Amino acid sequence: MATVEIRNVRKSYGPVEAIKGIDIAIQDGEFLVLLGPSGCGKSTLLRMVAGLEGITGGEIAIGGRVVNHLDPKDRDIAMVFQNYALYPHMTVFDNMAYGLKIRGIPKAEIRARVDRAAEILELGRFLDRRPSQLSGGQRQRVAMGRAIVREPAAFLFDEPLSNLDAKLRTQMRVEIKRLQDRLGITSLYVTHDQVEAMTLADRILVMNHGVAEQIGTPLEVYQRPASLFVAGFIGSPPMNVLDGRIDDRGGAVLLPGGQSLPLPQPRPTEAGRPVKLGIRPEHLAVADAGFVIEVELVEALGADTVVYGRLPGGEALLVRMAGLPSCRSGDRLTVSPPADALHLFDAVTGRRLEG
Amino acid sequence: MKPTRFIDLVPHIVLIVGVLIFAYPIYVTLIGSTWDSGTIGRGGLPLWPGGQGAANYAQAWAGEAGDRAMYTPVRTMMLNSLVMALSIALGKIAISILSAYAVAFFRFPLRMAFFWLIFITLMLPVEVRIIPTYKVVADLGLINTYAGLAIPLIASATATLLFRQFFLTIPDELLEAAKIDGAGPVRFFVDVVLPLSRTNIAALFVILFIYGWNQYLWPLLVTSSGDMETIVTGITKMIGTGESANDWHIIMATTVLAMLPPVAVVVFMQRWFVKGLVDSEK
Repeated sequence: MATVEIRNVRKSYGPVEAIKGIDIAIQDGEFLVLLGPSGCGKSTLLRMVAGLEGITGGEIAIGGRVVNHLDPKDRDIAMVFQNYALYPHMTVFDNMAYGLKIRGIPKAEIRARVDRAAEILELGRFLDRRPSQLSGGQRQRVAMGRAIVREPAAFLFDEPLSNLDAKLRTQMRVEIKRLQDRLGITSLYVTHDQVEAMTLADRILVMNHGVAEQIGTPLEVYQRPASLFVAGFIGSPPMNVLDGRIDDRGGAVLLPGGQSLPLPQPRPTEAGRPVKLGIRPEHLAVADAGFVIEVELVEALGADTVVYGRLPGGEALLVRMAGLPSCRSGDRLTVSPPADALHLFDAVTGRRLEG
Repeated sequence: MKPTRFIDLVPHIVLIVGVLIFAYPIYVTLIGSTWDSGTIGRGGLPLWPGGQGAANYAQAWAGEAGDRAMYTPVRTMMLNSLVMALSIALGKIAISILSAYAVAFFRFPLRMAFFWLIFITLMLPVEVRIIPTYKVVADLGLINTYAGLAIPLIASATATLLFRQFFLTIPDELLEAAKIDGAGPVRFFVDVVLPLSRTNIAALFVILFIYGWNQYLWPLLVTSSGDMETIVTGITKMIGTGESANDWHIIMATTVLAMLPPVAVVVFMQRWFVKGLVDSEK
């Protein structure tokens, strides 16, 4: 168990900078999720912590010890790969025991550790099987078992659930969460799946183009997205974003369609400033006054309903309502958000306007 | 059902005809080895076995004086061929798996240059470089030795390429997982790469054993004493230049014996061989 500190870490491939200076200190026992679209550098960052990629600039410290120039085996980490990376010719037992064997741990202790991990992961019956005789979920568990028996300072997960089907993914997600709670080992978890991020993380590091867009708890990231990118990436369906302008008195946002939405707190200093207005689909509700949309498509998901609407000005507006649909395509609907559910972003930089 | 049966029939007929065409000469050889030289010499070889089989094989095996000439005993030639074929097959596998491992898994300066160097030797068959190779082997004093027979044929671009292609299908994550588990390059090779290559090694062993067994030109050049004769060159030396009649019954018995080891290798390794060629589960 240990802290993991990432200090101004950079990575370049020739002239291309893939990671542009990431800073984060991960607490002992914390579960940090690196979230972002493919190509954002999250996997590269994880592989740099693992020692599988060189570090171009900055420092990575595990348990207070700078590991920049240590081999992966000396970093006291264990990694779970997306395709499991089990040794196909070894039994489940040997797969889990291999790293311990190389480290020269006595046979009896290896046996004890593997048995304990197998018990935690309910793999006891499969110890003599080969990976090819296991289902995807079982292989995933073996990969985690291999990490557990090492009793490392930190777990590194590289999209461990991406190769599983939806149902198994949900199930394994819960198992990973339970396991991490139980073992309390510092974990870094890479995913592009926001649901995994929201449910697993103590904190989320949202990455885009090699920079950290936001670091925060899942709720902070959801409730106060630091940028338009985070706002669009977290939440499903994604947040509606409309062009607008703060009115001359700084008390409301004016939209091109002529609507005016009062701000929860007046912003007199920013009067006249062009902004992007973000409203989550789930915060829009049918009201007497507000946005008038023409319904284009209704998706009934059972527990809730997603309405694809269009404003008179032509902008799309998504509305998510609880329960079964109460409208059909072609209907006109008036919806409005509560004042405290408005998110304002700078029209140019996309950064959140605080306050 | 009926049309399917008919469609099944046509390829079967083609196959059977093909088998007959291939099998007939072997059958003639087998029959020929059971008759006396007189029957064969008259050109009237029957299509059924004769009664001389045991005597012919015993004579060929022991190399007793034939009706007209002395031969190197088949047992000596078989041993020579066996040593040569095994050395070539195992040597080629050992050399090529190591060089493929280096080329596929390590990043070092001139890596691709080395790869292409190995690759272009594919374009130079043994015959092209045979004179300089002979000179080198002669200068090293390896004429009439097992080393001289086998070593010059061991370097193998083909096997290196095959292993390299196979190694490239081993996922990077496996290497990375091994790195994190603490396995160095040698351990990774021994514990992971070698076991995963088992079926490929078996398939290559079959191909290379037969390649080694069937070597003709090189053994012909590099051996001069009867003791070092391999069976393939031995058979051709039994066939005279036309000044005297040939002991066809002994030659045919020798030929049948020469076929046995490659056949045995194929039969015993067949399961592995096919697995190595078609296996997709890595």
